Amino acid sequence: MSGPAGPAGPEEVHGAQAAQGAVPAADEANASLPARAGEERLAEPVVRTGMFGVATTGDTSGYGRLRVHRPPPLESSRPYGSYFDTVADALGAALQAAGVGYSDAIERVVADRGELTFHVRRQLLPEVAAQFRDDPALRFELCTGVSGVHYLEDTDRELHAVYHLLSITHNRRVRLEVSTPDTDRHIPSLVGVYPTCNWHERETWDFFGIIFDGHPALTRIQMPDDWKGHPQRKDYPLGGIPVEYRGAKIPAPDERRHYA
Amino acid sequence: MSAPQTPTAPAGADDDAAEGRVYTVSGEDWDEVVAAANEARDFEGGERLVINMGPQHPSTHGVLRLILTLEGETVVEVRASIGYLHTGIEKNMEFRTWTQGVTFCTRMDYLMPFFNEAAYCIAVERLLGIEDRIPERAQIIRVMLMEFNRVSSHLQGIGPMGMELGATTIFLQGLRMRERILDLYEMITGLRMNHAYIRPGGLAQDLPPGALEAIRTFMDGAPKLVHDLRTLIDANPVFIGRTKGVAYLDLASCMALGVTGPMLRATGLPWDLRKSQPYCGYETYDFDVPVTDTCDAYGRYILRMEEIEQSLKIVQQCVDRLAARGPSGPDDPVMIRDAKIGWPAQLSLGPDGLGPSPEHIAHIMGQSMEALIHHFKLITEGFRVPAGQVYAAVESARGELGAHVVSDGTTRPYRVHFRDPSFTNLQSIASLCEGGQVADVIPAIASIDPVMGGVDR
Repeated sequence: MSGPAGPAGPEEVHGAQAAQGAVPAADEANASLPARAGEERLAEPVVRTGMFGVATTGDTSGYGRLRVHRPPPLESSRPYGSYFDTVADALGAALQAAGVGYSDAIERVVADRGELTFHVRRQLLPEVAAQFRDDPALRFELCTGVSGVHYLEDTDRELHAVYHLLSITHNRRVRLEVSTPDTDRHIPSLVGVYPTCNWHERETWDFFGIIFDGHPALTRIQMPDDWKGHPQRKDYPLGGIPVEYRGAKIPAPDERRHYA
Repeated sequence: MSAPQTPTAPAGADDDAAEGRVYTVSGEDWDEVVAAANEARDFEGGERLVINMGPQHPSTHGVLRLILTLEGETVVEVRASIGYLHTGIEKNMEFRTWTQGVTFCTRMDYLMPFFNEAAYCIAVERLLGIEDRIPERAQIIRVMLMEFNRVSSHLQGIGPMGMELGATTIFLQGLRMRERILDLYEMITGLRMNHAYIRPGGLAQDLPPGALEAIRTFMDGAPKLVHDLRTLIDANPVFIGRTKGVAYLDLASCMALGVTGPMLRATGLPWDLRKSQPYCGYETYDFDVPVTDTCDAYGRYILRMEEIEQSLKIVQQCVDRLAARGPSGPDDPVMIRDAKIGWPAQLSLGPDGLGPSPEHIAHIMGQSMEALIHHFKLITEGFRVPAGQVYAAVESARGELGAHVVSDGTTRPYRVHFRDPSFTNLQSIASLCEGGQVADVIPAIASIDPVMGGVDR
């Protein structure tokens, strides 16, 4: 399985043995007696942050070390599997016929969890999307929306617009992902290719501040027209107030303890 | 009210935008709107009137606001203004664990909570790579509830549609049947809506004792209820007069506007994700995908009635399968058997509310230290989901409901976006209404069947 579970790391066993083997000096042993430690803790000025003062991951059980770190593949190489190679070949042929270089338009391809993602360079997005829609071997008639994602730490590629395409003719799905730096948040609009993107792009502008160049009327759609900021960006706080429940104060959701 | 838009908006958002003059309407400014519209009128002879319909209007299915421009009785322009029910569900989900997210997303489109839950849970399961390990019993119950939900949602679409056209009997008949289904929801999940019953990995709990009998009793009477409703509406001359040939949208327009679901199938294209990209074991059920080819509001109504009949057929198969399996037990769980993911599923009702069952408490407190640790960590932290992104779609009552879920490897979603069918389908309102009579706007909205909770999220 690819869930978070995995075999307990050998470090854990190793660490336990090491602790048993070490003979601490008498003073040190005295210092770490529970009673002493408890008194010291009580004497300390307590500053509470969030819930129960936990500032780190809050994991005291070692359970967190069972975590399997597996970053998503940044780039897949051929064969991608499934119908993905057919789609990539057809796209290459279509782009060539249109006079656009495949590697000029497609930054990289990711095949992950049975889904195919083309990372498209933003200036060529409308050309690529038009090929996806029109080429008989591709024929992705339907765009099922735009979804913005704000990767705060992905410098110079912070804002992503993700387009999900569906081919009814071939019963296939692909995803186009476009990234743009936060300092220059422009992506060409796809309304000309897929008119359904109209509201979706307005929503993405509203929530992430991505400006879709060429959109017929890029105005806010969910938030009020005079709203400041773009609420679903990661640097925009969730907000909220602490709530008292049975005598205890529960902090606002974004200040609660959470586990990385 | 004035023409200029948000300062950062690009070219196109000013007076000479491609779509025509753009107005920013902020409420209580109708005199200015009308004056500006009269100034800008580009037709000869007539008087153009701008009418604000909604957001508080019984025929707009919630807080939808339409800005109609009329020349006499003819609608020349429709603009939809949405966002009155925006609650930031997607943002809120980023601050809760993966399991808690269900409680939020079930509240989006409040008439089809099970579809919301299913789309999200399938996405999380795909991220975890456990799609093929979900217990079969959980999948059968999911399918059964989704099909019940299709019926109750369609009834809530058809009933009010009748009322808006002046027939309260249709409304009452539709809601009478829907009420019985809500009773079943209440029996199974404890709630009439916002169930949070489908969870990543399976279900919150199994069907309660007596549920199958209650469903059977309902199923015995259901065909007659549907038949009564169809007898009342199908050939009703007033209903036909108000809906036939009204709100026309053909296949090409559906494709361009991204319209899916009953509106798409009413153009004659049998596109149904349950058949084309099956999930939750739909490929093992016997059912048809109804189509009509009239592209109008009447065709969509007929299609929804036929879908109700097909859904009841699927529910019957689910009931038969569940009856053949007998009661749930350790060999037939409703939650994935993975101690690191499977949230304690078999809850029981105690004096202080719903909680873990005595058997589960005895197990974690008396028998297994590991089980106690797993319970504690799952409840306090939740499980971690490997980083990546997926898009999972289900065929909801209104069309393709997609969940785009991004994980960064932690116990909370990094980003969840829902492609709600109401949101996308509502874009077609201008195509449906412009050039028609103002009275036809009402059946046009009703035939889209938008739910603003889903549109605004």
